[in-house]
Amino acid sequence: MDFNLTDDRRMLQDSLRRFLTDQYPIEHRNKIAYEAPFHDTSKWAEMAELGVLHALATEEAGGFGGSGFDITVVFEELGRALCPEPILGALMASRLLAAAGEDQEALLDGSRRYAVAIGEIDAPYAFDLIETTAKNDALSGRKSTVYGGNDADVILVAAKNGSKVSLYEVQASDAEVTGYCMIEGGGAAEVFLDGTKGRLLIEDSTAALQDALDAGALALCAEAVGLMDVTNEILLDYLRTRKQFGIAIGKFQALQHRAVDIVTEIEQARSITIFAASRMGEADQSRAVSMAKNMIGRAAKLSSEETIQMHGGIAMTWEYPASHMAKRLVMIDHQLGDTDYHLTRVMDAISAA
Amino acid sequence: MDLNFTPEEDAFREEVRTFLKEKLPEHIAAKVRSGAEMGKEDSVAWHKILYKQGWVANTWSKADGGPGWTPVQRHIFEEESCRAYAPRQVPFGLAMLGPVLHKFGSQEQKDAVLPGIVSGDDWWCQGYSEPGAGSDLASLKTRAVRDGDDYVINGQKTWTTLGQHADKIFCLVRTKADGKPQEGISFILVDLDTPGIEMRPIKLIEGGYEVNEVFFTDVRVPATELVGEENQGWTIAKYLLTHERTNIAGVGFSMQALEDLKSLARKVKRNGKPLIQDPLFAARIAQVEIDLEAMKITNLRMLFQAQSQGAPGPETSILKIKGTVIRQTINDLARRALGPSAAPFPSEELEGNMALTPADNAHNAAQYFNNRKLSIFGGSNEIQRNILTKAMLEL
Repeated sequence: MDFNLTDDRRMLQDSLRRFLTDQYPIEHRNKIAYEAPFHDTSKWAEMAELGVLHALATEEAGGFGGSGFDITVVFEELGRALCPEPILGALMASRLLAAAGEDQEALLDGSRRYAVAIGEIDAPYAFDLIETTAKNDALSGRKSTVYGGNDADVILVAAKNGSKVSLYEVQASDAEVTGYCMIEGGGAAEVFLDGTKGRLLIEDSTAALQDALDAGALALCAEAVGLMDVTNEILLDYLRTRKQFGIAIGKFQALQHRAVDIVTEIEQARSITIFAASRMGEADQSRAVSMAKNMIGRAAKLSSEETIQMHGGIAMTWEYPASHMAKRLVMIDHQLGDTDYHLTRVMDAISAA
Repeated sequence: MDLNFTPEEDAFREEVRTFLKEKLPEHIAAKVRSGAEMGKEDSVAWHKILYKQGWVANTWSKADGGPGWTPVQRHIFEEESCRAYAPRQVPFGLAMLGPVLHKFGSQEQKDAVLPGIVSGDDWWCQGYSEPGAGSDLASLKTRAVRDGDDYVINGQKTWTTLGQHADKIFCLVRTKADGKPQEGISFILVDLDTPGIEMRPIKLIEGGYEVNEVFFTDVRVPATELVGEENQGWTIAKYLLTHERTNIAGVGFSMQALEDLKSLARKVKRNGKPLIQDPLFAARIAQVEIDLEAMKITNLRMLFQAQSQGAPGPETSILKIKGTVIRQTINDLARRALGPSAAPFPSEELEGNMALTPADNAHNAAQYFNNRKLSIFGGSNEIQRNILTKAMLEL
C-alpha cells in the first residue's frame, strides 16, 4: 500500500501548480472568469504544452495518462487555482473519442477545443431521457449548460437515434450557440440544434457516455478537494489573525470545533475521491464515483457555508477571494449529478445487489 | 390556549389583503417575486403608497404618529405583504431611528427629522459596524471630538446597507477614549452632504450592490445633532437593537419562499417526473416545512409575550437564529431544485426563449448566495448564541 503519487504524477503536479500559481493569481482569474469568453484563451496552448491534456488520455489514445489518478492530480491543481479553463469538456471528449476509436491529436495538443453536450433542461444528468433527436445525421433539440460550449470548436452531442442513444460530432459553427457566464465565473452555453449536421461517432453510446460522465464527476470531486484545501487555508488564516473582543477569534471554542469539523469532512472527501479514482476502469466505477460525488456535494457545501459564516461578512464581498471559491464549491454540486442524484445511484446499487 | 386570531384581527387581515391587491403596483411585485434588484424609485414609490394609507410608520404608537398597531397586527401586515410580494420596508428611518428619537430625541430633533422619515423624503442609513468592530461593536474607533459648537468626526464605517440611496446617516461614534469602551460611545445624526464624507459601494458575492463603506475625514457636525447625552450611545444602540428585532424571524418571507419552492418543484422535471415526486427532494421540502410550522408558533408565542408584557426579551435571539436558518434552507432548496440550470449569472440575454428556468427563478442561485448574509448581519448567529447563553441560560 502506498498513498504517495508516482514520480511522474508528482512532477506534473509540481509544474502545474507552479504554472497556475504564476499565471492565475486571483485578480487575473476574476477578470477573465467573468468576461467573455470566460477563460484565458492565451493560456490554453501553454497548458497543453505542460501536458495537462495529454495526462488525461491513455497512451493508446495518444496521451500519457488517462487513469483515475492522472485525472485527480490535474483537477486538484485546477481546483486550488480556481482555474476557469474548460478542461472538463476536454476530459470528457477525450474519453468519448477514445471509445469511438477517433484520432484525438488536435484535442490533446490544444489546437481544437471540445465540449460535451449530454444534459437537457428536463433531463439534466442522465442520458436515458434526452429528447434531442437524430435523423439521417441531422440533429434537432436543445442541449443545456454545456460547459465550455461558449468557446468550443467542436461539440460532441448525445442524441436519440431510433431506439439508441448515439454520439455525434457537431462543428460549433454549424449550431446556434448561446454562451453565458456562470455565477461563479467560467463559461457554458445553450446549444440549439435544428436539423444541424452531425457526424456519427458511436451508434450505441450509452457505455461511453456513462464512462465520460464518471470521469467528469471524478474530475469535479478532485477539483473540489483542491479548492477546499485552499479555501480552508484562507479561513484558518483569518481565524488566527482576526481579532474581536481583544483576541484572535480562532481562540473561541465555538469556532474551533466547527473548524475541526470542516477539516474532518475535507479529509473524508479526499479519501472517497482517492477511492473513486482507484476504481476507474473497474466494474464498480460508476458506483464509486457516485459515492464520491455525493460526499463531495455535502463536504463542499459545508466548507463553503462555514467559510462565509465564520468570516462574518468579509467573505460575502466580491473583493475577497474566498467568496468566489465558496461559490464554486457550491455550484460544483450542480454539475454532472448532485448529492441526491448520486445518492439515488448508490441506493440503486444496493437494491440491485 | 387558543391559537385563533380574534374576529377583529381577521377583519384587519382582510383589510390589508384588499389594500395590497388594489394598491401594490404589479411591476414592483414582479421584481420582488423574481429576486431582481430593487431600485430606490420602487422603494420610495411603495413607501409613498403606504404613507398615503397611514400605514407607513406601523411600528410607531398612535401618540407618535403611527397607526398604533398591536404586535399581532404588525405580524399580520408583514405576513400579507410577503404573500403579495410587496417590497420590504427599509427599516433604518421607520423602524430604527424613529423609535430612538421618540425616546431619546429633543423636541427640535423630532420636529426636524421625523416628518422626513414618515413622508419618505429623507432616506436614512446606519453607521454602526467598522472594519475592526463587527461582532465586537463596542470596540468602534470612529472619533467625534468636540470643537466649539461642533463635533469633528474622523473614521470609517462599513456594511452600510443601501447607503447609496441615503440622504442621512445615524452613527455610533467614540467621544471618550478611556474607561469601559461601552461608556465612551455617542449617537449622532449626520447629513451625508456634509464635506469630508465619501461613500464607496461594496460589490457582494453574487455581484449586487447593497452595502457600502463610509469614510469620514474632518466632518463637522453641529453638536445639536447628538441624540441623548454624550456617551449615552451604547444605551441608545441597545434600545435600537430591540426594535431591529421586530420581524426578525422573517416568517412571512419563509412562508412565501416555501410556496414558491413547491411551485418550482412541481414545474421542473427530474428522472422524467416532476421534482416534487422525487422522494429525496420531497423529504427535504417536508423537513423545512415542519421547521417553519414550528417557527410560526414560536414567533407568535413571542409576539404574544411582547404584546402582554411590553418589550421583547432576549429569547428573540431564538427567532433570529432559527428564522434565518430556515430561510437559508429554503433558498438552498430553491437553488438545488434547478439542477444544472441554476448555473448562469443572471442576465437579460438569457430571458425568454433562451431562459433555462421558469421566469421567476433565474435569480435562485444569486439569492441563495446573497442570503448567506441573513445569519451574519444584525448580530451574527454566533453573537445571538452568546446573548442566549448569558441572558436566558445564565451560564
